[in-house]
Amino acid sequence: MTVIAFVLLFSAACLGYVLNLSAARSLRAGGARLHSLGSFHGGFAALLVLVPTFLFVVLWLVFQAPVIDRMTMAALPPGTLDGLETGAVQLILAEIKSIAGGRIFGTPELWKLAAADHLTGLRALSANLMVGLTAALALVLLVIARRTVAPDFRARQGTEGIIKGLMIFCSTVAIFTTIGIIASLVFETMRFFQMVPWHEFLFGTTWEPQMPIRADQIAATGAFGWLPVFLGTLVITVVALVFAVPVGLLSAIYLNEFASPGFRRIAKPVLEILAGVPTVVYGFFAVLTIAPALRSFGEMTGLPIAPNTAMAAGLVMGVMLIPFISSFADDALSAVPRTLRDGALALGATRAETVMNVLFPAAIPGIVGGVLLAVSRAIGETMIVVMAAGLIAKMTVNPLDSVTTVTVQIVTLLIGDTSFDSPKTLAAFALGFMLFVVTLGINVLALGIVRKYREVYD
Amino acid sequence: MTDLSLQSGARPVDWTSDQAGLRVRKRKAAETRLKLVGLSAIAVAFAMLGLLLWSLVSTGWQAFRQTHVTIEVTYAQEFITPGNLARSNYRGLLEATMLELVPGATDGRRVAAILSNGAQFAVRDRIVADPSLLGRTATLRVPVSDPYDQLWKGLIDRTTPEQNRRLKNDEIAAFDALVAKGLVSSPFNWALLGNADSRFPEQAGLKGALWGSFYALLTCFLLAFPIGIGAAIYLEEFAPKNRVSDFIEVNINNLAAVPSVVFGLLALAVFLGWFGMGRSIPFVGGLTLALMTLPTIIIATRAALKAVPPSIREAALGVGASRQQVVFHHVLPLAMPGILTGTIIGLAQALGETAPLLLIGMNAFVTAAPGTPFDPSTALPTQIFIWADSPERGFVSRTSAAILVLLGFLVMMNALAIYLRNRFERRW
Repeated sequence: MTVIAFVLLFSAACLGYVLNLSAARSLRAGGARLHSLGSFHGGFAALLVLVPTFLFVVLWLVFQAPVIDRMTMAALPPGTLDGLETGAVQLILAEIKSIAGGRIFGTPELWKLAAADHLTGLRALSANLMVGLTAALALVLLVIARRTVAPDFRARQGTEGIIKGLMIFCSTVAIFTTIGIIASLVFETMRFFQMVPWHEFLFGTTWEPQMPIRADQIAATGAFGWLPVFLGTLVITVVALVFAVPVGLLSAIYLNEFASPGFRRIAKPVLEILAGVPTVVYGFFAVLTIAPALRSFGEMTGLPIAPNTAMAAGLVMGVMLIPFISSFADDALSAVPRTLRDGALALGATRAETVMNVLFPAAIPGIVGGVLLAVSRAIGETMIVVMAAGLIAKMTVNPLDSVTTVTVQIVTLLIGDTSFDSPKTLAAFALGFMLFVVTLGINVLALGIVRKYREVYD
Repeated sequence: MTDLSLQSGARPVDWTSDQAGLRVRKRKAAETRLKLVGLSAIAVAFAMLGLLLWSLVSTGWQAFRQTHVTIEVTYAQEFITPGNLARSNYRGLLEATMLELVPGATDGRRVAAILSNGAQFAVRDRIVADPSLLGRTATLRVPVSDPYDQLWKGLIDRTTPEQNRRLKNDEIAAFDALVAKGLVSSPFNWALLGNADSRFPEQAGLKGALWGSFYALLTCFLLAFPIGIGAAIYLEEFAPKNRVSDFIEVNINNLAAVPSVVFGLLALAVFLGWFGMGRSIPFVGGLTLALMTLPTIIIATRAALKAVPPSIREAALGVGASRQQVVFHHVLPLAMPGILTGTIIGLAQALGETAPLLLIGMNAFVTAAPGTPFDPSTALPTQIFIWADSPERGFVSRTSAAILVLLGFLVMMNALAIYLRNRFERRW
């Protein structure tokens, strides 16, 4: 039915275009001087039909499922849902849906079968209603559009106005996304803080999110202090940067100052390949190659290296960050004015002295900005740590030990079936909120530094 | 100059003295050191890339072959119920076949375990397709199960003591008997591309993941491409320079740096939680990826629009085009190669994105390829994640192989982008 609605609406738009175009042409053929070209009259009709009808269909599709669910649950015999928690209600709804989908397990109660019938009926009604209303709306708009065709109707301005409105809408999508991110994170985090006090989350030093699901289960009582998780993130980030910053900076210096153009032309894209490798691939690389290598290194030297040590995830994350840091440093070095370089060389400094004593200090703000962006990347990086880092949160700064990170906890808390009312699930949103705030802060700081530095030389 | 320096009391430097030579040598040595250190930094980066590719290829190439056994199955009456071909005793049939094939074997279950669990279905499908086979013999080539696949590929060391080995001596002997008869072969593993996921490594394939990724990317493209171009055109060509457009710009730049897992949280809370969309649906994955790709496309499109020289716009305005006609008839077509390049690169990034898809449940175990964008499925990167987590040995090489397939797609997309840029982009 959805396909029918879309076909209907696009053919109505085409029909509008043809109708208005031919109407405008026949006006001109009758000797009238038109303000706008015929194609603008056609385009105006097409857009006038298309935009509101499309919006209507999309909104209908978005809101029909929740409304139908609610109507189904409301039509259940009174008293069935009394005293049930949200999770149990969700289960009943899911069962009714699977019965309606034809997948019947065992012998469900009669009221569930009735509800499934009701649900199927509502769905059919909704689909029919949508197609009918789409057709009616398209027809009304077609008539309105056809009425506008007149010699002095400013169809070009009308068409361009609609297009401009569409473009403005497109550019606000970014704002809506940001609002959506902030709203969803804040909303779920507030619900989390109703169950767990905020100071316990911010300043607590134990993280044990495994809560008992049923009353008779034996499990930890649940502790939600994010400090050990954040500390783990920092440990891995530091390991990554200790590896990536020197390698990235030195390769940028070499490529910028010493490499022949031919070498540079080959080496730069090869480095960029490292940036294009998906992070899930890096994660597997860490598990497959780096972690076993570190483990056997530990056995050889007697160092106490944990099986999923922070080193493995950190090193591989460092590899991922090399091209990031090197291209930022390269840009920063290239942006130093030629006069500084020439002046140093003219005084008799060697190229190395020029780089280290003149160019590098001048490029420091840009490089710091790049490193900060790399830090925010490392903190937000997910797949490498999910695959290679540990799950247990510890208050430790030892990179040989196993640590967990914010992103690992988010993913492990949310993987699998989740309901939105346990502190376990909501804790993931609280962590996500902190992650968003921290990375946003670092990004703003980094962009600020880069921008300030650019103003000095441009 | 000489007089001047003498007057100011500086001693003249003897550039030919040994100390001066030493100083110069030291400075030159410092330069060489820096050069060498820089070069070795690049070498480290290259070595890491090489190690990454080598470890993937060296483990992954094995998965592109699958060991098969050619067996002759006699559809005997004692196993086949003619009225119910779909539910006959094919397991028993295979056990009998294998007992006959392996000399000296007594335990039917044990020798039948050489064959993949899917062999019985292959045998069934053959006779269901051609019921006249009843009572006659058919020749089939069926995959072997994972341990024997490893054995044939040399990944199980025969010299390990028996109790530590996955295959015992009699099992290896039975397999060797098949090899001696020339029945074992290892053709290209079409199942890797043609099958959907499975618990058994020898039957697991990427079909579901490929379709899932395709539908997600299609959704992502259909949404992000028009919206991104619309936003970029407005911001670059029409937007007045004021607080609002500045705010939008800052927003777009910040979105580009938001961690991908946060987009997953957004999708989970808004699309799944508030709008009630289904879990593991490629369409929802595509929606999420579209939000992530949007900043990339907007930034690339703005750069491409900016690169079109003002003279084009002025000429079009001069002959009486409206501002939108200028953009849509002249500027946009000229900027298209740059826009497409940026879009393809953005889509390539989206193809490798894993974390947001995990949060919306695209790591489900689905054994059928999705028929529409609204059926549950996995995607290529999440399939890699699932296989990397699977304990069976056979999944290690399959994970590497899946990664090689993913990297292959990424290379193709990037090559297409580079080709478009070199072929169509004009320099003014």
